[in-house]
Amino acid sequence: MSEKILNNLKIKVWRQKNAQTKGQFETYPIDNISTDTSFLEMLDILNYQLVEEGKDPIVFDHDCREGICGTCSLFINGRAHGPDDDITTCQLHMRKFKNDETITIEPWRAKSFPVIKDLMVDRTAFEKILQSGGFVSVNTGGVPDGNAIPIGYDDAEAAMDAASCIGCGACVATCKNSSAMLFVSAKVSHLARLPQGQVEAARRAKSMVAKMDELGFGNCSNTGACEVECPKGISITNIATLNREYLKAKIAD
Amino acid sequence: MSLTGFFLMSFLIVHLTVNLLLIFDDTGVLFNQAAHFMVSNPIIKVVEPVLAIGFILHMIYAGILTINNMVARPVGYKKVNQKQASTWASRNMFVLGSLIVIFLILHIMNFYWKLKVEQSVALIMVDGAEMHDTYTLVSSLFKASLIYNLFYIAGAIFLGIHLTHGFWSAFQTIGWSGNIWRKRIEVVGKVFAFLIALGFSIIPLYFIIKF
Amino acid sequence: MTAINSKIPEGSLAEKWTKHKAKIKVVSPANKRKLDIIVVGTGLAGASAAASLAEMGYNVSAFCYQDSARRAHSIAAQGGINASKNYQNDNDSVHRLFYDTVKGGDYRAREANVHRLAEVSGSIIDQCVAQGVPFAREYGGNLSNRSFGGVLVSRTFYARGQTGQQLLIGAYSALNRQIGKGAIKMYERHEMLDIVKIDGKARGIIARDMVTGEVKKYGAHAVVIASGGYGNAFFLSTNAMGCNGGAAWQAYKKGAFMSNPCYVQIHPTCIPVHGDQQSKLTLMSESLRNDGRIWVPKKKEDAEKLQKGEIGPNDIAEEDRDFYLERRYPSYGNLVPRDVASRAAKERCDAGFGVNNTGLAVYLDFKYSIERLGKDVIEARYGNLFQMYEKIADSDPYTGPMQIYPAIHYTMGGTWVDYNLMTSVPGLYAIGEANFSDHGANRLGASALMQGLADGYFVLPYTIGDYLADEIQIPKIDVNSPEFEKSISAVQARLDKMMSIKGTKPVDYFHKKLGLVMWDYVGMSRNEAGLKKAIALIADIKKEFWSDVRIPGDQGEVNQELEKAGRVADFIELADVMTRDALNRNESCGGHFREESVTPDGEALRNDEIGAYVSQWEFQGEDKEPIMHKEDLKFEVVELTQRSYK
Repeated sequence: MSEKILNNLKIKVWRQKNAQTKGQFETYPIDNISTDTSFLEMLDILNYQLVEEGKDPIVFDHDCREGICGTCSLFINGRAHGPDDDITTCQLHMRKFKNDETITIEPWRAKSFPVIKDLMVDRTAFEKILQSGGFVSVNTGGVPDGNAIPIGYDDAEAAMDAASCIGCGACVATCKNSSAMLFVSAKVSHLARLPQGQVEAARRAKSMVAKMDELGFGNCSNTGACEVECPKGISITNIATLNREYLKAKIAD
Repeated sequence: MSLTGFFLMSFLIVHLTVNLLLIFDDTGVLFNQAAHFMVSNPIIKVVEPVLAIGFILHMIYAGILTINNMVARPVGYKKVNQKQASTWASRNMFVLGSLIVIFLILHIMNFYWKLKVEQSVALIMVDGAEMHDTYTLVSSLFKASLIYNLFYIAGAIFLGIHLTHGFWSAFQTIGWSGNIWRKRIEVVGKVFAFLIALGFSIIPLYFIIKF
Repeated sequence: MTAINSKIPEGSLAEKWTKHKAKIKVVSPANKRKLDIIVVGTGLAGASAAASLAEMGYNVSAFCYQDSARRAHSIAAQGGINASKNYQNDNDSVHRLFYDTVKGGDYRAREANVHRLAEVSGSIIDQCVAQGVPFAREYGGNLSNRSFGGVLVSRTFYARGQTGQQLLIGAYSALNRQIGKGAIKMYERHEMLDIVKIDGKARGIIARDMVTGEVKKYGAHAVVIASGGYGNAFFLSTNAMGCNGGAAWQAYKKGAFMSNPCYVQIHPTCIPVHGDQQSKLTLMSESLRNDGRIWVPKKKEDAEKLQKGEIGPNDIAEEDRDFYLERRYPSYGNLVPRDVASRAAKERCDAGFGVNNTGLAVYLDFKYSIERLGKDVIEARYGNLFQMYEKIADSDPYTGPMQIYPAIHYTMGGTWVDYNLMTSVPGLYAIGEANFSDHGANRLGASALMQGLADGYFVLPYTIGDYLADEIQIPKIDVNSPEFEKSISAVQARLDKMMSIKGTKPVDYFHKKLGLVMWDYVGMSRNEAGLKKAIALIADIKKEFWSDVRIPGDQGEVNQELEKAGRVADFIELADVMTRDALNRNESCGGHFREESVTPDGEALRNDEIGAYVSQWEFQGEDKEPIMHKEDLKFEVVELTQRSYK
C-alpha cells in the first residue's frame, strides 16, 4: 500500500438537468485526492466542494459500494465501470489515475436507458424484461424438499456463474449496438441449467426475447465486448445458450 | 445473418476450390472444364439464384440490423475505448461487408457480366465439348493489370477479416457454442478466414509473379 | 399507552406456532381481492412478503428507494443462510437451532419467536431451491453445507460468497412474477416519508417520487415496514449508502414502539478506514477467521514502526507476534463470536498496538494456513474475497497479512412487534432487520437471511390475516381524507423547512459528525459519562443541522442532497434514542458493552436481574424525552448461563 496524492485532476462530466433538456459536458478541477480513495469517494469530495460553492452536485447512482448491488453505472474514460477489469465503478480506486489527468465521465448511453439526470439513467427496461419471464413459476409453499431435486455439481456451478449477474447494465452500455443479450442470456441460462427452470424454459426464452426487442435494445453482433466489461465476468457462452433455447422454442412452435 | 453466412461460406469453399485450378494448369483446360461443369450442372442452375438471394438477404439483413443498432443508441459517447474489449473486425462488420460489396460489383462486371450478359467470351472446344474460354478471360485480366491484381488481393483480405468474426459469430448465433466448443470454433474460424484470404490472394499473386 | 401484549401463545414452546396458526383468522379469497397492503422495502423480507401476499390474492403495492427491487442491501450478504435441515446427520434439530440462536443472542430474544424461526427455517431452503437459487451442491447432487461461528453443527446453506444476492434474486423473481401479472404495483425510486393513521390504525403512507420530487398519498388496509436497519446512523458502516432508518422512524413517531435500539452488531473483519474521506466500509466475510490468524505486535516499538510505515508485517519475528484472541480465548481462539472479537481488537488498538498509519487495524494472517494447506486450497476457499481485498487495499493477502478492523454491520434492535409481527400501531407490521424480534443482543452469522425470509414467506402471510379478517368491511382507503391531507402537508412542510434553511454546510458534514459521536460514545464500548455526553452532543448536532444545513437545487427534481438530508435528520433523532437505550441498560450483553458491567478480567458481564427485558421506547413529541416501557423476557425452556469462550 503506497498511498500517493493526486493533484490537478480535471473531471469532465456530463451534466443534464432532466430527460427533457439537452445536456453538456462540464469540467471541474479537483486536487488532493489520495490514491486509496475510491472513484465514487472522489465524486463525493467533488460534490461536497460543489455544494460549498453553492452549485448543484453531480447526480449519480450508487448504493452498496461493494460491487454487488449493481446500482453504480458510470462510463469512465471510454469504458463501462472505468479502467480496471472485473469490477464495478464503486470498486474502482483512484490509484488507476495519474496527476493532471482529464477524467471523462458519461452516463450509460442507450435508447432503452434514458438519462434521468446527469449520470443517472433509467434502467426500468431490465425490470420489464425480467417481469416478462425471468422466474420459475412457483408460489410460496407446497414445494418439494430441497434435496428432492438433485442437481449436479457442474450444473449448479454453471447456473451460479450465470446467476452472478448484478443487472448493472454495463453490457448494454458497452455494446456498440446497445444490446441486452448478455443480461437476458444470463437469466435464461441460469434457469435453463436447473431442472426447476427447465419446465418453462421455452416460454421464458420467447417472452424475454420478445420483450427485449420491444423495448428497443439493439441486436447482438457477437463482438464480445459485453463479457469483457461485465464486472462479474458473465460469459457470452450464455448468449449461445439463449440462442439455442430460443431456436428450440421457436422450432417447437 | 448466421444462416445466410453459413450458406455464403460454403459457397466460398466451392468457389475457391474451382479457382485454385487456375494456378495448377497454365493451359487452362482444367479450369475451363470445371467452370463448364459449374454452368452446365443442373444443381448449380438452381443454386445460382439461391446464391444471389443469399447475398442479397445477407446484405439487406445487415442493413436493417445496422440501422436498428444505430437507433438503439441515439446519443453516443464522447470517449470510447474498446480496444481491449472487442476486435476491430467484430465492430466493423458492416464496413467490411460494404467493402466486399464494392469488390463484388466489380468482380461480377469483370466475369459474370461478360459471360452471361454481354456474351462476349469466346467459345473453344475442350475434349470435344464446346465451352466458354473462361480461363483466358480470367488469366488475361490478371496478366493485364497490376491494379486488378492488387484489387483482388485487397478483396480477399477484406473477406478474410470479415470471416475472422463472421465464422465464429455464425456458430454463436445458432447456439453452437459452449465453454469448450467456443475456443475450438474460434480457432477453426480464424484458420478458415486465413485460408480463404490466402487462397483467393494466391491466384492474383501467382499471375503477378509468373507473368 | 403502556407496555402492550406481545400475544405470545400459550402452550409448550414447540407447539406454540402450530396452535397459533390453527387459531388465527383467515381471509377468504374473495375478500383478499378487496384488501390492499403496502410493503415498504424490497429486501429479503419485503420482497418475499410482497410476493407471497400477492400470490395469496391481496392487492400489494411495494416501495423501494433503489432503482430496482433487486438492489436492496440484502444482496450484499456473503456467507450463507442457516436452516435446521440436519442434512449432515450431525444431530441438528429445530431445538438446536433455536437454542444456538437464543444463546448467541445472549439471552435477550423472545423464546417463542426464535423457536418459530427455527421451525420454518427448513421450508425456506425448499422454497429457494424451487425458485432456482443455485445453492452449492455436492457431486451427488445434494445440497452442501458449511459451518459458521457460534455453533457446533454444519447447517449453513450457501451460494459461493453471494448467498444474499442469490436469495434476493429468488425473492425478487417471485416479486417480478407478481408484478408481471399485475398483482403487485411496484414503486421504484420512491421513499416513504410518513405513515398515515386513521382511527388509530395504519391506513397508508406518504411517499416521495425521487425522480419527479412529487409527494403522494397511498392508502392500504395494512402497511408492512421492511426497510432494514439503522446502522448508517454511524455514518461509516457496512450498510449501503442509501440504507436508512426513515420508514421505521416515521413509524415510531406515529406510535410504533422502538425496541432495543442500542443493540448494534459490530463486525470484526472489515477493511480499515483509510482516511477521513471514506464513505463506507467493506466487510470481509466472517468465514476468513476459519483459516486466518489475528495478531498485533507484542512490542509497542514494533507497532510504532508499523504505524510510521518504517517496517512491514513480515519484518516482525514470530515470537514478537501477539495472537491475542488465541491468548485470551484458548478454546475458541480466532473463532470467538463477533462481539468478542471486535472488542478484543479495539482493546489492543486502544493500547497502542494498532498496525496501520491510523493505529486502528490488526492483522489477519493467512501465512500459517498457506503453509499448512497450500496456496491452492486457500485460493479455492477465499479467492474472490482476496481479490476484493486487493482491489480495495492494493495489497496482496497471499504474501502479507490483511489489515482488518471492526465496523458497524447490523442492528438487532428495531421496531417492536408482537408475535404476529404487528407493531404497537394496529395494521402496521415490521419484518426482517427492521423489527427487533429474533436476534436478541447479538446476531449469529447466516441468521439474518433466515429471519428475513422466514418473516416474509412463512410468518407474515399467515399472521396478517388475523388482523385483516376484521377489515373486510372497510372499503378502499380514501386518500382524500383529512388524515391523509394532514399527513401530506406535514411532510411537505418538513421538506420546505429543510430546503429553506440555506445554511453553509453540506449534509455529509452533519452525518460524519454524528457518526463520530456515535462511534466514540455509543460504539463498541459504552459508559454512563460517555453516553450522557453523547446525548448532549447529538442535541447540538440536531440544532446545528436545522439551522445550518445547505441543500442546493429544487424539490421538484432528482435531489440526492435533499434525500440524504431527510435521512440524516432521522438518524440524528434515532441516535438520541439509541443512546438513551444504551444508558438505560446498565449491563453488558451481546453487542452492547457497558464498561460498568464487566467481570474482574474485563469480559462482558450480563446481568439477568436487571437486563432480561425488551425496551419499548414511546415517542412523546418533538424534542420531548421519550418514555421507556419494558416487556419482560420469560425463559421457559432455555437456562440462562454466562457466555464463556475462554
